[in-house]
Amino acid sequence: MSNPGEWLRGEGPHHQIVVSSRVRLARNLRNRAFPGWAKKAERTAILELVKPCVEKLPEMQDSFSEFLQDLSALEKQVLVERHLISREHAAKSAGSAVIMNRRQTLSIMINEEDHLRMQSMRSGLQLKQAFKLLDKIDTALENELEFAYDQRLGYLTACPTNVGTGMRASAMLHLPGLVLSELINQVVQAVSKIGLAVRGLYGEGTEAMGNLFQISNQTTLGEKEEEIITRLTKVIETIIQKEHDARHVLIQKKSNTLWDQIGRAYGVLTYAHAMSSKEALNLLSIIKLGVDLGVFPEDKRLTVDELFIDTQPAHLQRSSQQKLSAEERDHLRAQIIRTRLKVLPKPDISKLVKEAGNGSNPAPTEQ
Amino acid sequence: MLCDVCKCNDATVFLTQIIEGKMQKVNLCDVCSKEKGVQDPTGFALADLLLGIGAAEEIEKGAPTQRCPVCGFTQADFKKTGRLGCSACYTTFTEALNALLKAMHKGTSHVGKVPQRAHRAVALSDRMRNLNESLQKAVAEENYETAASLRDQIKQLESDSTR
Repeated sequence: MSNPGEWLRGEGPHHQIVVSSRVRLARNLRNRAFPGWAKKAERTAILELVKPCVEKLPEMQDSFSEFLQDLSALEKQVLVERHLISREHAAKSAGSAVIMNRRQTLSIMINEEDHLRMQSMRSGLQLKQAFKLLDKIDTALENELEFAYDQRLGYLTACPTNVGTGMRASAMLHLPGLVLSELINQVVQAVSKIGLAVRGLYGEGTEAMGNLFQISNQTTLGEKEEEIITRLTKVIETIIQKEHDARHVLIQKKSNTLWDQIGRAYGVLTYAHAMSSKEALNLLSIIKLGVDLGVFPEDKRLTVDELFIDTQPAHLQRSSQQKLSAEERDHLRAQIIRTRLKVLPKPDISKLVKEAGNGSNPAPTEQ
Repeated sequence: MLCDVCKCNDATVFLTQIIEGKMQKVNLCDVCSKEKGVQDPTGFALADLLLGIGAAEEIEKGAPTQRCPVCGFTQADFKKTGRLGCSACYTTFTEALNALLKAMHKGTSHVGKVPQRAHRAVALSDRMRNLNESLQKAVAEENYETAASLRDQIKQLESDSTR
């Protein structure tokens, strides 16, 4: 648990804009009360039935497997910040568990809202691959457990919004270009109209910080899993293109604004002595944009990306080994950022100007 | 014909509306049609009635004591939590849920992954139905030798499936 998950290391396709891809499947046991309705004894019985089956999976060899009551509030919060468990699951204690692989690319929550919530995470845009792994795991588990399934309605879930495939596919997008050029609302509205949801950093009801947006399918009934993923992927590819376009326009028409934003972000991050997590995320987002545009060296990308997660409240708390007040956290956060960004040279505007000047496709290269 | 909403009075208003190419019919009594504003065609959409959040409430009025036989969950619990009690609730409250699901999702039936267990169950019931039909035919044709063989196959299949 000391290292952040593999999916946080930006390596997948379109990784500059798509931070990560995630797919989750909800499954329940037939005719057993859902976790929210089950009495404690039944929840425990279900947990004891399901947990060994999950631990037996070949993908879960050498896994991290814990009952929720055995985790401290801080440990749970660290898992939430890494998106390995949901905020709802963190609030649970006896009768719930989480099992995840070492690479932190696969996590299975037992007795969250449904008996099983299985989640696969990848860096970049890799929804198909994430689903493929989950599909395999689901098939392996269904040999041991009888899942609630109805011929007409598909997989039955505690909340009717998940019935059918029980699948939610989502990607976390970094869209500073669209935010800076004030086009983001248009994009959000367009996406909502076609039955997809846009949310903030930590899912439902959370604010968009650090120019990070989660986009996911809204409906689960009436469409095949592959169709949902293909549709979502196409929309995401369109948004990626829009983000690139917005960046080009910014470089060509508003390079002064862009340079100012990057310079300010660099100045504040490297000199401030107190910083909230929201401010940190918003400024780091601009630095990340700077790396994408070549203003900062590419080999500093990981340093910047790691700060996104390491400056989150629980990660910060954990690194200090003692209970911190909000004020102390803000000081520590600023200190960590100053220290780590010492390796980051001043923004090199000449690169930006060069790209803007030649006018020909200055798109950041994708791997 | 009884009113679709209150389920106690005779329906006097019969509405037909085409939504997304599908014809939908709803039958209402005098009281419910007034309550729903059906008398005022401009302010009324069948979709609202069929799909609105009101649907669950209305059906609840008709069957307030309905409990899921498996987990004891009621409609009132659903209203409170927005979650169901167990997988059998989908059968117990099918009427109320259908309207809700229709409003929530792209389609009304699952077209995605089918668990192997369900695959086997479907294949089994298909095979059983075929055998039974053949058996009836054989008996009707007084083809007793075939009938005996079919009966054995059915027995075999029954014992296989319960194993």
